[in-house]
Amino acid sequence: MDQIQKNLLAQVADLHEVPEGAYNIRSNGKLEGRNTTANIDIVTKEDKPGIDIIIKPGTKNESMHIPVILSESGIKDLVYNDFYIGEDADVTIVAGCGISNCGVDTSEHDGIHTFHIGRNAKIRYVEKHYGEGNGSGERILNPTTVIHIDEGGYMEMESVQIKGVDSTERVTMADLKAGASLVVKEKLMTHGRQKAESKFSVNLDGENSSANIISRSVAKGNSEQIFISHLNGNNKCAGHTECDGIIMDQARVNAVPSLSANHLDASLIHEAAIGKIAGEQLVKLMTLGLTEAEAEEQIVNGFLK
Amino acid sequence: MLELKDISFQVSDENDKDKEILRNINLTINERFVAVTGPNGGGKSTLAKVIAGIIQPTSGRILLDGEDITEMSITERARAGVSFAFQQPVRFKGLTVKDLITLAAGKDISVTEACSYLSEVGLCAKDYIDREVNASLSGGELKRIEIAMIIARGTKLSIFDEPEAGIDLWSFNNLIQVFENLHRKINGSILIISHQERILNIADKIIVLANGEVHAAGSKEEVMPTLLKTSEACSTLMDKIV
Repeated sequence: MDQIQKNLLAQVADLHEVPEGAYNIRSNGKLEGRNTTANIDIVTKEDKPGIDIIIKPGTKNESMHIPVILSESGIKDLVYNDFYIGEDADVTIVAGCGISNCGVDTSEHDGIHTFHIGRNAKIRYVEKHYGEGNGSGERILNPTTVIHIDEGGYMEMESVQIKGVDSTERVTMADLKAGASLVVKEKLMTHGRQKAESKFSVNLDGENSSANIISRSVAKGNSEQIFISHLNGNNKCAGHTECDGIIMDQARVNAVPSLSANHLDASLIHEAAIGKIAGEQLVKLMTLGLTEAEAEEQIVNGFLK
Repeated sequence: MLELKDISFQVSDENDKDKEILRNINLTINERFVAVTGPNGGGKSTLAKVIAGIIQPTSGRILLDGEDITEMSITERARAGVSFAFQQPVRFKGLTVKDLITLAAGKDISVTEACSYLSEVGLCAKDYIDREVNASLSGGELKRIEIAMIIARGTKLSIFDEPEAGIDLWSFNNLIQVFENLHRKINGSILIISHQERILNIADKIIVLANGEVHAAGSKEEVMPTLLKTSEACSTLMDKIV
């Protein structure tokens, strides 16, 4: 692996060397390295590109890394990854995609991830997206995440895209059975002429299921963001969706939260707030000796932390 | 030493008529603990903002240790040694108490150091250090964090705009102790806007600001009696009673 690839790996998966535990590293459309453990198996799909990740029931305190990196210009990569999380398992999965494009051709990675979360299983899923390179070729990432959570299961999904991705279309769909919970924390920053679209659709099918979708975003320059979140309350359930955006320069943010209550005991809330950085926040930090630009940077970094 | 020379500040009201918020203010602040008091709308907060550079005066000069800081920006004045605790502290989504104390200190500080500043304002540091400075903190907690930031800066001039505003009586008693301690320890000058007798009592100098003008300035022995006598609200009330 060369230095560019190593740097991408550090950015998207906080990996500076080969990780412990299970991993599958995909680089420029090819398998770069893989390790399985007694409880976590990784199997290459035969009918289409991608892998099946099978986590045995009852697996506790294990983590796995599945980063994807693209360092060649003009690569279009598409993978289907299916995760089978056994009953009562408790694991952390770190995914992420980094693109370094110094060429003129578009580099694109489209990942379709499907999670089958077993009864009472608990999973934390972290996904980071990062782009770099000074070529004119675009860096495009289009992740689709499909989540099925069985009774009493829990998934926490953290997705972060802070830098360098020209265009992203993120789709997350989930259905939850009785007592299942989903928490999504999305952090997004766009700059230049970047475009980002994030769509959530969650079906709260089971009794006492719950979902909490929290998106924080900063749009700078001439970038555009669209946030669409839809919760369907089909049973006695609790749902909350929140979009909190800071807008700067000539950027545009479009937030469309929506709720459908299809059951008398469905309790659903949506919140959306978009605005520029409050003047008093800038003034406060300037009275501490920061310049206006430094104050802005601190506020944005804190907001996306 | 802070010197205000002929400071005036005018705004235009809705009828385009000029309204003077501050009128020819001349003050020298050399003492360790100076309290500014006076009726609401008298120009106290405006004066504090003029010193911090948040508001530019229409005319007049401001000197800090002999250096003219009138044209300096908020940032430059902060770096020159002016700190300002807001009457209504600002909330920040995502920034923690530790982040703000670190920014105030102007350098990387250890958790222990950050905690010591919080302890000084009566906050149990470990409960607060990683808290976000957002709507989950109460008004009283925010006020204390605001004061801790000023202590962390340790500049030659610290301005507090009504630190007691929005604080319950029980918390206020503790706050008084914070200022009594500050009075003992501070290396520079404290300028505090307050209506509280207990704050005025520990002041080396009291300035009474009303209708944008300095009505009185001097030691508490000199100013306190006139303060009670000239209170318009009281005299109006007395007229009604009599």
